[in-house]
Amino acid sequence: MRTAFINKLIELARNDKNIYLITSDTGFSILEEFEKLFSEQYLNIGISEANMIGVASGLSLGGKKVFLYAIAPFITMRCFEQVRIDLCYQNIPVKLIGVGAGLTYGNAGATHHSIEDIAVMNCLPNMTVICPGDPIEVGKAVEESLKLNGPCYIRIGKSGEPNIHKEVPGSFSLGKGIRLRIGENVALVATGNMLETAIKVYEILKEKNIDTEVISMHTVKPIDKEMIIETSKRCKFIATMEEHNVIGGLGSRVADVITEENLNVRLKKFAIPDKYVDVVGDQDYLRNYYGLTAEQISEKILSLIE
Amino acid sequence: MKNHTENIAKQIRKRLIKMHQKGSHLGSALSVVDILAVLYFDIMNINSFDDPDRDRFILSKGHACSALYATLAKKGFFNEEILEQYLSNDGLLYGHPVKGSVPGIEASTGSLGHGLPIGIGMAYAAKTNNKKFKIYVVMGDGECQEGSVWEAAMLASRLKLDNIVAIIDANNLQGFDIVENIQPIKTFKAKWEAFGWYVTEIDGHNLKELKKTFKNIPFEKNIPSLIIAHTIKGKGIAEMENKLEWHYLSVPKEKVSKFMEELEGKR
Repeated sequence: MRTAFINKLIELARNDKNIYLITSDTGFSILEEFEKLFSEQYLNIGISEANMIGVASGLSLGGKKVFLYAIAPFITMRCFEQVRIDLCYQNIPVKLIGVGAGLTYGNAGATHHSIEDIAVMNCLPNMTVICPGDPIEVGKAVEESLKLNGPCYIRIGKSGEPNIHKEVPGSFSLGKGIRLRIGENVALVATGNMLETAIKVYEILKEKNIDTEVISMHTVKPIDKEMIIETSKRCKFIATMEEHNVIGGLGSRVADVITEENLNVRLKKFAIPDKYVDVVGDQDYLRNYYGLTAEQISEKILSLIE
Repeated sequence: MKNHTENIAKQIRKRLIKMHQKGSHLGSALSVVDILAVLYFDIMNINSFDDPDRDRFILSKGHACSALYATLAKKGFFNEEILEQYLSNDGLLYGHPVKGSVPGIEASTGSLGHGLPIGIGMAYAAKTNNKKFKIYVVMGDGECQEGSVWEAAMLASRLKLDNIVAIIDANNLQGFDIVENIQPIKTFKAKWEAFGWYVTEIDGHNLKELKKTFKNIPFEKNIPSLIIAHTIKGKGIAEMENKLEWHYLSVPKEKVSKFMEELEGKR
């Protein structure tokens, strides 16, 4: 996903001298090409995220289209108040690129996990929260983010995530989910790096003759209410899937829609429990530890719909 | 005949006495008045907020915003009657500056340590856009205890931004105590110099000295400029001067005319 991001940004910067990329000294082996091609539009500001947000606000007020790059927890929580005041309060269209979604940096420990980032970005007025599900969605999200009038947070994985979409979705737009499979019984609503798992769950349930729907909810805020309402008419069991704390992320947003719209569906949130890791493990290990593998999720869904 | 700017500063102070019959931070506002008067009436190129080449001003010590509002109104950015709505329900003027609330507010501030990074971003954009205007940021002395100030300080010198001018309104009083007891102001000069700034210390109420200093900016090419302006919290009203409580108090109705007369020089 990191590569998809930088490739898209390079493509956009070729035609736009106002695109700026600032890093707080992360992105080694990813950002070098951009720096080489557009040295005047690139700055390693140093390890100073709070300062980075403020400077980006000022640059944006000076007419620049600024992308900020850092590890997800540092670009959202280290500098939360700068994001709140310098970007959201004044509605400044700076784009925050957070790498290392969820448990990507598994064995690095909880300092590097981003399990609260969606929740804290969700609660900021004017903020758009985007968790692309594959490299194709990353490219589209970066492109579409330039049309926003306010700030956005784009939460991406690290590297090696496969493309889930067979081709670039023609109608990709922020705030609108993408229905990858249409089903009649169970709906899997996934965001970010759980999209791949959602497809695997779909395959397992298909073998059990469960007619399953798959939605990529790449934009968590604003949430695509219409799509949830429409899906609820067919599928009476909705499972949300995210690599984030069970509190305040996609599952919570979908639950809001279900209660506010009085939808007659059952909801199961697949997410990380409300605690920090108490075991060393890489991303796959921790997903298994938290019951977030395709096999575990399918089994749980089957037991719940029986 | 009195100096024009001195007269304006006096009028702003009188306006502040009227505005501060509610709300706090009058002492903080009175200490920054002379800096604002000189900047807006003698130094900055800022006749229209729509002019893309105007000089920029950010009040990073946002709690002193009443002084900025009074200055902007005096400058003609909006009707002085609006000042009467300061802190009023349904009024336009918040207790900290809000971008877009009235013309002339370049950035929303109020939480300390935000103005300098934003100003540096503006200065960086101006440099790359080949714009000649300057960006002035006023901070408090207590504000310099925020870490984000220093993150920004080291960046400005690295980027050789000689179009940024930071002014510390050093009134030596903060929430609980004199600043000197919490983080000594006398070490500021060496600290800022170590961060790569050209630093000068002046009397922040001496209009001639302020004007002369601002006219010399940048003090040195490719180096950001810092002015430590030594001021008096509550400047102009004897019973408020250097008094911690005037960070919080508002003016009792029965004292308005006494303070006005004092500012007029009749007492």
